[in-house]
Amino acid sequence: MDKTFPNLAAAVAGIADGMTVMIGGFGGSGAPIELIHALIDRFLATGHPYGLTVVNNNAGNGHVGLAALIEQGMVRKLICSFPRSADPVVFTEAYLAGKIALELVPQGTLAERIRAGGAGIPAFYTPTSYGTDLAKGKPVEVFEGRPYVQERWLKADYALVKAHLGDSLGNLTYRMAARNFNPLMCTAATTAIAQVSRILAPGTIDPEAVVTPGIFVQGIVEVPRPAQEEDLNRAGSVYPQVAR
Amino acid sequence: MTDRLSPAQMAWRAAQDIADGAYVNLGIGFPEMVARFQPTGRQAIFHTENGILGFGEAPLPGTEDWDLINAGKRAVTLRPGTAFFHHADSFAMVRGGHLDVAILGAYQVAETGDLANWSTGPKGVPAVGGAMDLVHGARRVAVITEHVTKDGKPKLVDRCSLPLTGVACVTRVYTSLAVIDIGDGRFVLREKLPAVTLDALRAVTGAVLHVPGPVADLIVPEI
Repeated sequence: MDKTFPNLAAAVAGIADGMTVMIGGFGGSGAPIELIHALIDRFLATGHPYGLTVVNNNAGNGHVGLAALIEQGMVRKLICSFPRSADPVVFTEAYLAGKIALELVPQGTLAERIRAGGAGIPAFYTPTSYGTDLAKGKPVEVFEGRPYVQERWLKADYALVKAHLGDSLGNLTYRMAARNFNPLMCTAATTAIAQVSRILAPGTIDPEAVVTPGIFVQGIVEVPRPAQEEDLNRAGSVYPQVAR
Repeated sequence: MTDRLSPAQMAWRAAQDIADGAYVNLGIGFPEMVARFQPTGRQAIFHTENGILGFGEAPLPGTEDWDLINAGKRAVTLRPGTAFFHHADSFAMVRGGHLDVAILGAYQVAETGDLANWSTGPKGVPAVGGAMDLVHGARRVAVITEHVTKDGKPKLVDRCSLPLTGVACVTRVYTSLAVIDIGDGRFVLREKLPAVTLDALRAVTGAVLHVPGPVADLIVPEI
């Protein structure tokens, strides 16, 4: 068994119009920039996929990665906790123009909804958001004298994540705080695709060091020197390279 | 005699209440400054929502590693004992009651302990981040804030008029004029600047300020 894709284009070929796609990362750390750009390349070449629902903590920064995906008009709805960044112009303009829907979710609730989706738990109760606008319409129940809000699981057709090392069975390690949502999203998607800096032979990664076991990963692709969103933005990058 | 603390001085005062070894989350903005003012001999362990415990100060410009950032997306550094974890574990630390203290900013704090700090109304793009989780997680939730808004309106009020972050969650407020506890639905004055009279303080506080016991002088070094 080998889950390795030969290239980025093959890795994102199965993402269809209207699908829900979880994209890992917190800001630029752990963001699978190359997988996102491969999806944009496919859209520019074929007109697909579009109408995507994207789950991410943020809403993109500058004109690369998730921001570029939104700028191409490929995203119908965003589920996120914090749609602001140093340069949020792409999402802000699309949102204020009514071109993209937003479901705002507290960060910990977003993480737990994804975890629940991956763990087969359809709903759970959390103290977070009780008594606030973000709890409107949701069932509330009292446990041990405290009120809690019911939240539903979150699942996806695809997850695009960035890891550090991987093996051909899909076992993954991460680099520092780039871990963030990536391991959770792998569990909650029907098909999780990981870009990694190096693909190793099974047995090379110490089993004690595996963070995401390969059962949660359906595809893996090597991106030896992945771009950092922060560096791209500091260089004023725009994806794809077009006259503006 | 100073008649108003700077944000750094408010942060200094808040830092005096953090015990050695405490697990602490500091909100983005003013509260981040608390880390600079830990009293000698004490070392708190700082948590950031995106998945680090025990991180260190900002690195020198040019040496940033953008996989090593805090919740404000600013670069931080490793320290002996740093740990990384994913978001579900990070918010288990938050909601599970494992943090000793969370210190947040505020638009408004009510005498009930309600906090409003995420939205100034329906205009623009709403964003919440981890604030609604933090207010229900830490054993102690404190706020650092100017005592009044830029146009002089009270930020300590009887009921918040802005969208709530959490209900009955704040227990102490460090303002530019005073240190005020919240308990049993009341603001209780603990410390005030010597230069500010009780009447003057009450005039800029939007709810009843109770004074059941002695009020200490709020003395903070020049920073």
